[in-house]
Amino acid sequence: MILFLLAVGLAALSGVPGLFGRDREGRTAAMLMTASAVLGTWAGVRVLLGAPAPALRLPTLALGSQGLLVLDPIAAWFLLPVLLLSACGAWYGVAYWHSPQGSPRWVRLVFGLLTAALAVLVCAAHMWVFLLAWEGMAIAAFLLVITEDRLPETRRAAWIYLVSTHTGTLFLFGAFGLLAGLTGHWDLAAWPRGFAATSQGTLLFLLFLAGFGMKAGAMPLHIWLPPAHAAAPSHVSSLMSGVLIKMGILGLVRLVAWVPDPPLWWGGLVVGLGTLSGILGVAFALGQHDLKRLLAYHSIENIGIILLGLGLGLVGKSTGHPALQALGFAGALLHVVNHSLFKGLLFLAAGSVGHATGTRDLEQLGGLGRNMPWTSAAFLGGSWAICGLPPLNGFISEWFIYLGSFRALGLPRWPWSVGILAALALIGALALACFAKAFGTVFLGTPRSAAAAEAHESPRAMLIPMAVLAGACGVIGVFPALIVPGLDRVVATLGPGLPGLAGLTRLPLLTGLALALVLVGLLLVRWLRGGRSTETVPADLPTWDCGYSQSVPRAQYSASSFADGLVSGARWVLFPKVHAAKVQGLFPRSARFSSHVPDPVLDRTLDPLFRLSVRGLSYLHAIQTGQLPVYLLYVLLTLLFLLIWMVV
Amino acid sequence: MSHTLASTLMNLLLHTLAVLVLPPLIPGLIAKVKAWLAGRSGPPVLQLYYDLAKLARKQAVFSRTTSWVFLAGPVGTVAALLVASLLVPFGHTPAPVSFEGDVILFAYLLGLARFLTVLSALDTGSAFEGMGAAREVSFSALAEPALFFGFAALAKATGSLSLAPMLQAHGMGKVGHLSGPLILILAGWAIVYLAENARMPVDDPNTHLELTMIHEVMVLDHSGRPFALVLYGASLKLVVLGALLVDPLLPRLAQGWLNWLAFLAALGLLAVVVGVVESSTARFRMTKVPQFLLAGVLASAFAFLLLLV
Repeated sequence: MILFLLAVGLAALSGVPGLFGRDREGRTAAMLMTASAVLGTWAGVRVLLGAPAPALRLPTLALGSQGLLVLDPIAAWFLLPVLLLSACGAWYGVAYWHSPQGSPRWVRLVFGLLTAALAVLVCAAHMWVFLLAWEGMAIAAFLLVITEDRLPETRRAAWIYLVSTHTGTLFLFGAFGLLAGLTGHWDLAAWPRGFAATSQGTLLFLLFLAGFGMKAGAMPLHIWLPPAHAAAPSHVSSLMSGVLIKMGILGLVRLVAWVPDPPLWWGGLVVGLGTLSGILGVAFALGQHDLKRLLAYHSIENIGIILLGLGLGLVGKSTGHPALQALGFAGALLHVVNHSLFKGLLFLAAGSVGHATGTRDLEQLGGLGRNMPWTSAAFLGGSWAICGLPPLNGFISEWFIYLGSFRALGLPRWPWSVGILAALALIGALALACFAKAFGTVFLGTPRSAAAAEAHESPRAMLIPMAVLAGACGVIGVFPALIVPGLDRVVATLGPGLPGLAGLTRLPLLTGLALALVLVGLLLVRWLRGGRSTETVPADLPTWDCGYSQSVPRAQYSASSFADGLVSGARWVLFPKVHAAKVQGLFPRSARFSSHVPDPVLDRTLDPLFRLSVRGLSYLHAIQTGQLPVYLLYVLLTLLFLLIWMVV
Repeated sequence: MSHTLASTLMNLLLHTLAVLVLPPLIPGLIAKVKAWLAGRSGPPVLQLYYDLAKLARKQAVFSRTTSWVFLAGPVGTVAALLVASLLVPFGHTPAPVSFEGDVILFAYLLGLARFLTVLSALDTGSAFEGMGAAREVSFSALAEPALFFGFAALAKATGSLSLAPMLQAHGMGKVGHLSGPLILILAGWAIVYLAENARMPVDDPNTHLELTMIHEVMVLDHSGRPFALVLYGASLKLVVLGALLVDPLLPRLAQGWLNWLAFLAALGLLAVVVGVVESSTARFRMTKVPQFLLAGVLASAFAFLLLLV
């Protein structure tokens, strides 16, 4: 526990030396974060390898419960990505921060505090600790999102985030209060058998699902996620998308661990939410032109995949199917870690693009692969992994969920798992389309603007964190057996007596095939290099393109045109807005065309709804005279009313 | 023991040999059938072998806009398909590698091949190739669920998650005989087969009008050895996906060599069928292709529904 507390302390204080002027670039802060990561990882890995879970306990019962923090396997599993991503983000921040807006010292201080809050949150064993850390995380993240507060869109994004995170917290207050009232203590502990099926159990589940779902960004509750991720500095987006939204998943995972007998509809509801988030998340990502907004919608999609796994595990728990539980939970948990690795990587690479060109607009970019080979390779690695393509890590976690849902086909009264299969297949194909679009328009082809043509590679401090994350993606992808012992321990806490993954899956064969794939690829590259010919080919040739030798960058397929087939094919859910001038006559005037896909909940539902309610409530201005006596009269009337109500 | 080991090794050898040598024959057969039906004599059946040999001797030409990603397309496609071919049983001979869940690996390896091909098309910065790439990813979003519904139906029927037992269930259970579900699955997959291999009602491999193509337009700028890999990869895909279509129909025979012979004959027959389809249908308008693919999704989804009752 000492190790862990030391790690939290180092992370929390990492920004403090910077306040006193010594640490202008943030190297000290980054070193402290690295030290914190090393210590915390050491503590976490020990638990995952089977050491007893260290705990911090109070000697008294004055606070309603003795345990404050406990580093159990679930906590350790969520702690590792928190520490890795924050250390990578801190180093990245050293070189990244040259924006005229915002104070780098301030960002570093709050970044450290956010990391500390996240680390405490994953270990919380007391409801107060949990809620305090939850609030600390929410507020620190708000302060980081609003860093560039001179931009109106940033302010809007930050306020939307603050409002939605507090709405979520409200649900959690309700849930925890109810739970404490029913159990009589503030421990985060197992529910008694049979409780989940009662009406209070149902209410608690729905409250928790709303509160945690809001943080995770599951589909109808996701409104804060795309704007906040786009507005925050990139290493902050990376931490938010990588681990902050996973705290919602952490909450749900804890819930699963507490409940011995979840009703079948819980799993069904979670699977339904997962399907919705997964498919709509990737569908809306296809319609985006802003690189970071696109990545943010993909976070919603991946939360959907995680929820599919979690729901599958819950169904297994309800029906008493151990293999289903093991595969569903393992897939969800592994996807939590995997997503934090590749999404962290992608946000860092996107930040590197923004750093080099000053824009996030896909239609202004292109051809960056020539000047930014390392960033380009990092983004390709991240895209490869997030599409779930072998041999990287995204494939392994999706494979577990696939295996689980194939097994669930055998359940007699639950045919819905075919829906999971179809959803995963559709999500996979659409994610592939979306990342082909993103990588293709940003890094391939020819530059679409002067800024893109003059892009330069980012400094080494930004590239090394990306390389670390990409390496982790590769290691988990090729050698999944390495993480199975730890994963098994986490899964075992979610349901007693679950079979080990090594018995359920043939991971060594997967490793062998992955290595075969790499080997064949290398052999083929060698064969391509080896062409011996006497012909000479001129070096500097344009793209042949069937003879259009004077190709112009504007004629390239843009991000919008690439996605147009799918977006207009799905216009009955996406409702893209198209602004096009009518082209008329023999010599039409020059015309402009633009299209974008607004968010279904925020822009299409809540925004008009709030506008309408503001207009309705404005009639109440009549009673707001601004005179003190009148207000005192209102107070008096209210008191009188209450008095009468109580007496009668 | 030594006997089984020897026969396993023998099978592995034959499988690898078939994967490496056989594929270029299939496009040749299809072209020959099309030529006969059109009353021409057509190119020799071995034409693709000659082409590959010629291309292997040629120098490749690279555009100034392309980077290493341009080569990742052909290399990745062939590598992914070769590994995927290890998972597919050819007829009733066992697949070299078979384990629970290899169907998913198989599908995702095909996805990897598609991803890299699309990227290498976008690397040229050409509008035509971008157009082909966009069409490829759009249509495959419909082909993928069709493939998976078929896998789900077979998994439900055979209780297995591995390609080999799924496809070799002949004579057993609900999909053993030429029953309703099996016909629907194969109908759905036949549509996927035509689409994934850029064949006639979806795509025209012979056209020279770039605007109408999907797969061919993505590889316009490849030449020399990379183009040889592209052509070989396309023919490999015909064989690997073809095995999916013909395996469930083949009867289990006593001798190993008879099984091999039956598989080769069935593959040849499939090539003839594809040739006949190509000669007798016109290519759809691009806007009609999604409806065609949707029919495939529905067919395999109905197959699954039939297995539930």
